[in-house]
Amino acid sequence: MTKAEPALVVQGLCKSYPLPGGGRTAAVDDVSFSVAAGGSLGVVGESGSGKTTVARMLVGLVRPDAGTIAVNGRERTPGQRGGGKLPGLSRPGGGKAARLRRAREIQIVFQDPYVSLDPRLTARQCLQGALRLHGRYEGEAAATRVGELLDQVGLGKREADARPRGLSGGQRQRLAIARALAVDPQVLVLDEAVAALDVSIQAQILQLLADIRRETGVALVFVSHDLAVVRHITDDTLVMRRGRTVETGPTARVLDAPKDPYTRLLLSSVPREGWDPAETVRLRGELAGATRAD
Amino acid sequence: MTTLTAGALLPVKVRARRPVPVMVAGGFLALVVVAAVFAPLLAPYAPDAVDLSASLAGTSPEHLLGTDASGQDLLSRVLYGARSSLLAPLALLALAALLGITMGTVAAWYGGWVDTLLSRVTDVMYAFPGLLFVVLVIAVFGDGLTTSVVAMGLAYAPTIARYTRSLALSERSKPYIDAYRVQGMGGARICVRHLVPNLSGALVGYLVVLFGEGLMSLATLSYLGFGAGSPSIDWGLMVQEGQDAVVQGALLPALVPGTAIAAVVVAFNIVGVWVSDRLGQGR
Repeated sequence: MTKAEPALVVQGLCKSYPLPGGGRTAAVDDVSFSVAAGGSLGVVGESGSGKTTVARMLVGLVRPDAGTIAVNGRERTPGQRGGGKLPGLSRPGGGKAARLRRAREIQIVFQDPYVSLDPRLTARQCLQGALRLHGRYEGEAAATRVGELLDQVGLGKREADARPRGLSGGQRQRLAIARALAVDPQVLVLDEAVAALDVSIQAQILQLLADIRRETGVALVFVSHDLAVVRHITDDTLVMRRGRTVETGPTARVLDAPKDPYTRLLLSSVPREGWDPAETVRLRGELAGATRAD
Repeated sequence: MTTLTAGALLPVKVRARRPVPVMVAGGFLALVVVAAVFAPLLAPYAPDAVDLSASLAGTSPEHLLGTDASGQDLLSRVLYGARSSLLAPLALLALAALLGITMGTVAAWYGGWVDTLLSRVTDVMYAFPGLLFVVLVIAVFGDGLTTSVVAMGLAYAPTIARYTRSLALSERSKPYIDAYRVQGMGGARICVRHLVPNLSGALVGYLVVLFGEGLMSLATLSYLGFGAGSPSIDWGLMVQEGQDAVVQGALLPALVPGTAIAAVVVAFNIVGVWVSDRLGQGR
């Protein structure tokens, strides 16, 4: 596989939700991007820009209204609407084998490690469960693999037998990353994965993710509102606003020489030396005015 | 120099964790269970030993709690009666919990019309007076302890289903459940292996409270003559058999089993509330 061949290709992704008063609001509107194998894409935008909806569509927790998601050239079957036996949850068709195959394509790390881990299971049980489900490691091999995974994310013997409540926020997020890696995914989606951690822990987790990307060649999709984080860890950046893509390109170019006024606004919103909050508020007002005039 | 009692320097919250009523209630229930198990060893007389010469005797060294109209020893009968009075609610709850937890979880997990259907069925059963439903079932299938246990089990299921549904709905929305789905785990396995076990703390507390209620309902049925019938020994039945003696001025034949029922029900309530407080709040 050449480096140029994309691991993840997303085309024309759309999702809208009904509004209480009637009509619909577009949470995600015609978003397309691709991530190279071993590459790293940042999806940035403020709250409500639709970036989390994109993340949830990638892993199949939300069914797109339109658009395709392909991993290694293979389209993820979105499950026929109403094809499931029962309504409610999105139920991608294809039975257990297809479900497990999809799981090995894309995994996710959620924002809040305090609620994204099963409170009843120790770190070891959590990872064993994932391995057993996929049935690729048995007995001794599974135990060895659990050890490798814990080692890979920097969790020790004590943490292995602790339940989530006995772990710190950073340790929990490490476990969540190990759980995602347990199924050997092609693509790892990180949905604000460091936002709930304090700054020094953030840096450790980002370093860990960079190492993992280098070692395993997994492609990262980094959903975040934090531009500093995105600059640190991604090759390319996609800026979203109100469900639409406003700018995309190499991270350094987008963040250093933004073409779109919204990207400039996002950048100016980051507190720094000599920062003037009033300026940000003024820019925001101008942008809102310009959008309304469209 | 002032003296401090032990624990006086502990923060109030820590001290409050020593729940005296709960310990008393729990200890009492443990005693009742021991009494039921070892009734043959503890009881001074056979529970059905008739001694008409000692009819309606008051408390005495021979009969610590007195006797009933047939001269049967009330202490022995209360000890033996604990067996069916505890086992029957247990069977009732097992049935009700199996049905209720399954219905509640399925409704919460699938949502949509499945939820609507199950919730409406539950509402209808809920709105129908439980005891009336049970009497109806007994009228159709005949009386007896088994029929009342099964009927009560069906009557209790909707309550448990409702409670389970509300718990499961909030649990289902937690990201760790999403993580299992992304892992490729099927819905049934997530529910059985992970979702319901995570509700077990709150559910167990609730079931303990319901156990007391179930015991009382079954005693009521026995008292009304629909449940356990003579010659079986059951607290509710004992109250019914003892009420004629009240007119003759002997309170004990009705009072002893009645007190046993009341004390056990109250104890189960205290313990149940404590258990759901302790286990229900996330770990």
